[in-house]
Amino acid sequence: MKYPRIELAHLDNLWFQVTGTLCNLACTHCFNSSGPDVKTFGFLSPDAVRRELEEGARRGVRDVFFTGGEPFLHTQIAEMLEASLEFAATTVLTNGTLINDRMADRLAAIERHARYSLEVRVSLDSFDEGTNDAIRGAGVFQRVMATVARLSRRGLLPLVTVVHTWSDAEEQEILPGFVRILRQAGYDRPRIKILPALPLGRELVRLAGAHDEPWVTEEMMQGVDPDLLMCSNSRIVTDRGVWVCPLLVEKPDARLGDHLADAASGYELAHRACFTCYQYGTFCSNVNAGIEGAGALAAPGERSEA
Amino acid sequence: MQRLALFGGIYSNHRALAAALDDAARRGVDAVYCLGDLGAFGPYPDRVFPLLRRSGVQTIQGNYDNSLALGLPDCQCGYTDPRDNHFARLSYDYTFRNTSAENKAWLGTLPATLRLEIEGVRLLLAHGSPRKMNEFLWESTSPDPFLNYLLDEAQADVLCVTHTGIKWHRPLAGSRHVVNVGVLGRPENEGTTRVWYTLLTISRASVDVEFVPVVYDHLALAADMQAERLPPEFIETIVTGWWTTCLEILPHKERARGQF
Repeated sequence: MKYPRIELAHLDNLWFQVTGTLCNLACTHCFNSSGPDVKTFGFLSPDAVRRELEEGARRGVRDVFFTGGEPFLHTQIAEMLEASLEFAATTVLTNGTLINDRMADRLAAIERHARYSLEVRVSLDSFDEGTNDAIRGAGVFQRVMATVARLSRRGLLPLVTVVHTWSDAEEQEILPGFVRILRQAGYDRPRIKILPALPLGRELVRLAGAHDEPWVTEEMMQGVDPDLLMCSNSRIVTDRGVWVCPLLVEKPDARLGDHLADAASGYELAHRACFTCYQYGTFCSNVNAGIEGAGALAAPGERSEA
Repeated sequence: MQRLALFGGIYSNHRALAAALDDAARRGVDAVYCLGDLGAFGPYPDRVFPLLRRSGVQTIQGNYDNSLALGLPDCQCGYTDPRDNHFARLSYDYTFRNTSAENKAWLGTLPATLRLEIEGVRLLLAHGSPRKMNEFLWESTSPDPFLNYLLDEAQADVLCVTHTGIKWHRPLAGSRHVVNVGVLGRPENEGTTRVWYTLLTISRASVDVEFVPVVYDHLALAADMQAERLPPEFIETIVTGWWTTCLEILPHKERARGQF
């Protein structure tokens, strides 16, 4: 089968898998199977991060993202966020369990002094404590709510990210439910971002075969703006080289080079997770290109240049 | 020396448009440019068109104009939040119903970008960004290296855009500038009811950027909106100067400055 090939149009989004796959939690839907003993990928050093930030800046990068694993397991995460904000708007994706008062103070100070936006994306999977903790681990809900309150007290407005794991019947109550509990926790203007679950890593085990995403075909790409796919505008730096996108770090064919400078080649959409990206648009970014994604917009001839 | 007045995002605010055009005329500007999104949000969309034509405003197409011209089912605003999309839908449906076929056809004739060369300065005018009509160029998420990349690609010294609803200016090395010219349609989430346009003064290869506040009869606009039964949330923004909708697309810095 021939897969559509997507060229890197421009490096808008530079990702760092800053703590590899090391995480203090082991969520049941984790797409890269991160966890306490998972050392598929290791930590990045601040020097390695700075070198690639400089390369990213040479390429006109717009947004930088720090993910893992859990980024706050890195003792120098604050310094790296500060360095990154010299170059671009910066987002850190965290499970929210390791941000204490001291770290919250530090993040607020970094944000205040930065020219560009710092986004703290905190994961939460249900407004119901039991449901959340069944996915993310015992006691996590309470720790995350404390972190959200801690950040919002300091003027930081975390983006609460929620992986879509509920049924259609529950759809209507989800957003109001999150708004309610976040307000109760003292976050009076909650920002919430819903992400699709990805048929990758530990989520595949959770799904136990009950998923049927097709591959993306060349025909499906007809009339579709490739910018809706991460691979046309993103790369991720790990301690083992540079991969095409954050989702495919466990796929050897998605490794494009040792460094950012040699990872600009195109990529063939050879995985089922590519369909999730196709379906929902570049949902990994803070502002999606369109929540409905390329698949929903793909009426050929109707698409404008916008 | 040449002085240009630029604005975007009229959002059917015919009263602010009239006030801004009067102000620019009083200042004796050489030309006036509109960077698109004539409709949305406000009342009586057809009232904007004769004002633009009468003043000879050179206009480019925004995503709203593109959608109306092509009869698309939505405004291509680029929102991602269900509540934002709910209000975008109300606004688009109202504007679609109340824009004449003739005006929709005229929107279809507008260019997506406009290039100017004034006293050796190369300017590019676009709605969102040069590469995408509905790309948001916010001040806090448009770093210098990225803006230089856009200018390189566009082979321009000055890039003027709108679309976000909040103005900003970034001078860059080599006498380059990127300006988000702001919008006339609604106040920019700062708790005052004024709106903004931009004056560019180009003189011997140097570019001066000035943002001009426009005070207009916002209470009359609110009454117009009420008469047209537009959502109370929209009217609240006109009257208070705080955004109540379209908030989820704001990056952290811009969001933190607002009240909601």
